[in-house]
Amino acid sequence: MVDQSTRGKIAAEVRPPENVELPTWERRHVLDLDDFSRQEMEQVIETADAMKEVLGREIRRVPTLRGTIVATLFYETSTRTRSSFELAAKALGADVVSVAAAASSVQKGETLVDSARTLQAIGANILVMRHRQSGAPYLVAGHVDMSVVNAGDGWHAHPTQALLDAYTIHHHLGDLRGKRVVIVGDILHSRVARSNIWGLTTMGAQVVLCGPPTLLPWGLRPGYRGNEDRALPPVEVDTDLDRAIEGADVVMALRLQLERQQAGLLPSLREYIRLYQVNEERLGRAKPNVLVMHPGPINEGLEISPEVAHGARSVIEEQVANGVAVRMALLYLLAKGR
Amino acid sequence: MAEHVILSPEDIRRSLSRIAHEIVENNPTLKDLVLVGMRTRGVPLAVRLAQRIAEFEGRGVPVGALDIGLYRDDISYLDLKPQLKPTEIPTDIAGKRVVLVDDVLFTGRSIRAALDALIDFGRPQHIQLAVLVDRGHRELPIRADYVGKNIPTARQEDVQVFLEETDGRDAVVVLPREP
Repeated sequence: MVDQSTRGKIAAEVRPPENVELPTWERRHVLDLDDFSRQEMEQVIETADAMKEVLGREIRRVPTLRGTIVATLFYETSTRTRSSFELAAKALGADVVSVAAAASSVQKGETLVDSARTLQAIGANILVMRHRQSGAPYLVAGHVDMSVVNAGDGWHAHPTQALLDAYTIHHHLGDLRGKRVVIVGDILHSRVARSNIWGLTTMGAQVVLCGPPTLLPWGLRPGYRGNEDRALPPVEVDTDLDRAIEGADVVMALRLQLERQQAGLLPSLREYIRLYQVNEERLGRAKPNVLVMHPGPINEGLEISPEVAHGARSVIEEQVANGVAVRMALLYLLAKGR
Repeated sequence: MAEHVILSPEDIRRSLSRIAHEIVENNPTLKDLVLVGMRTRGVPLAVRLAQRIAEFEGRGVPVGALDIGLYRDDISYLDLKPQLKPTEIPTDIAGKRVVLVDDVLFTGRSIRAALDALIDFGRPQHIQLAVLVDRGHRELPIRADYVGKNIPTARQEDVQVFLEETDGRDAVVVLPREP
């Protein structure tokens, strides 16, 4: 044992503590992933790991966000995203207020900003919102002191879905750098695809978009000669799925919205299935341990064959389960980080 | 850097050996014993204690890792980095004798959080506390069952434990807290 006299000595050989810079969390809103750094994404992934442990317990509840109120304001229908956020908030001990626009004062003409302010006035700290109009969460974020989390806005962004996708890929394949991720289907109308393009490229993955030319965003269509200032980071585009899927680490099928055919964007569903369905035969061209993903809801037998959707390489159900952990991580970081 | 070394690597080694002996003495049957280290530095300490117990008694003891981040009551006041790591409890702790292991016992608030966290995993028969350093200034009615070294400190001083596994060296130092 060292006696008290040692205390007086200054030990020359002792170095100051290694300056391990722990990451801080400065973000107040989660609106899209276009302004997320790699470090922030890694922080969410790491925090979600701890949350996953909580979800594996017999009693899936911790007292971390006791006293925090999480409000959900949905102007569009949703089952998985909304219930996922509600479960995440409750698992952290927060209180949840849920407003469905169809059954609220919106029907009496209340504006979006007023509805959000009302939720703030009753004490909400975090607002989770979905709106059919692209950009709506940005408008709200400019008018409230709460944290705003975008749970999907129009065709624009769905950042929490993209974070849970990145988490799921990371969980199976580790470092995303250099991984070939093929996103196939209706890219044009997909907010999931847009947020994933940002998130995955930030993590260093090689993103390949695949779909019929009519369902690709204008700036990404083959032969596009417009402004070079694209609104998306650089990605590979291929309209031939058999070629695109070659050597893929991840294949992510998107839901084909059936009304697109009526809009004249698809000649026939039969042709779409023939050219773009993710099926066993096509998966044979991907890496042997390829992950099959889908943000749901699925049109089985259309964009993805039932054997593949429920097959050994499918992590679709896992995506849903991981969604709760990732949303817990975000709520925790937003409530405690600043 | 006015850094005062309180425990050398040799002192740490001896303290842990003594604590390991005391744990064996106080827990007649090792069969029900579980060591749970509090992240970050309680975990390597718990592992070392388990190694000593295995040396002395010839039988292994399960070791868990507890992250108390989700149970803290002071996180928003402390400007803590909101970093979480998963909790890993290797065995059902219901009915077991759990020894919680941490590096420094100070206000007692971390231990309070750890007790809450632990009890969420089941109802242990007994929870004991082992710390490498007790520096005083308790704010809650909590005491340690096993103490490596009592170090009287001023409130504004900082006690830092460095361990080979996490910091590349073994030492306990006292340094004046940065203004």
